[in-house]
Amino acid sequence: MNEQTAVSRADDQATLEQPALLPPVDVIEDDSGITLYADLPGVPKDKLSVQADGETLIIDGEMALEMPKDLEATHVEVNLPRYRRVFSLSKELDPGKLSAELKQGVLKLRIQKAERARPRRIEVTG
Amino acid sequence: MELSLFPRDLFAELDRLQRQVQRAFEFSPSIRGFARGGFPALNVASTPQSVEIYAFAPGLEPTSIEVQLERGVLSMAGERKPALPGERERTTVHVNERFAGRFHRVVTLSDDLDPNEVRAAYREGVLHVSIKRLESAQPRRITVN
Repeated sequence: MNEQTAVSRADDQATLEQPALLPPVDVIEDDSGITLYADLPGVPKDKLSVQADGETLIIDGEMALEMPKDLEATHVEVNLPRYRRVFSLSKELDPGKLSAELKQGVLKLRIQKAERARPRRIEVTG
Repeated sequence: MELSLFPRDLFAELDRLQRQVQRAFEFSPSIRGFARGGFPALNVASTPQSVEIYAFAPGLEPTSIEVQLERGVLSMAGERKPALPGERERTTVHVNERFAGRFHRVVTLSDDLDPNEVRAAYREGVLHVSIKRLESAQPRRITVN
């Protein structure tokens, strides 16, 4: 799965306003990059969105549980059908080198560090 | 204040608080307590014909999950391997929130269930156990003469 960058601001706003569960994560860094695991039980691949731009990483997933009709809840611990978590990315990470894998409700994200710290061009005006 | 497995946003927290308050006024909680916040998180629902249990247990091997139903008590057990690397590797763990290790959760259900009519499926990290009620316990219309 690739990152999704072409999302309009209006969509973002609408999504961000919906209440969502905060999924637990593990974040592990090694020499070449960062690995993130997120628990998203009940979310199928097509209902998961991982967006990364230069500064933020947004994980958003909607559950799709198979439910019989006439269901009446008697004990509820997971009370929202959506997960969302936002992280800010630091500069040495390359959002273009992001891979994601969803298996049995666990998302594994891998973000590589940039090959070398690219020199930043500073524009001088005036 | 109990720990929540899924920390939520403000509205969800308010909702949870409301439920906690409601619970405090319930007269007869189960002897096994509510044990919310354990792993896996559980949702239980019922229909006139069956009881449906959803256990939110991502990242397991389906065959390694032990599900048992005995006299209306359902127990689910298994183990989740940690995703964290060994100490010798050159890594830094920045966040460690996910559950790892053995788990065992028990839920008391009603006693009108048929132990021979249990289906369990594990999909997208959710264990769904569906138990049919006994034929004799299902509501039926009684004709009045």
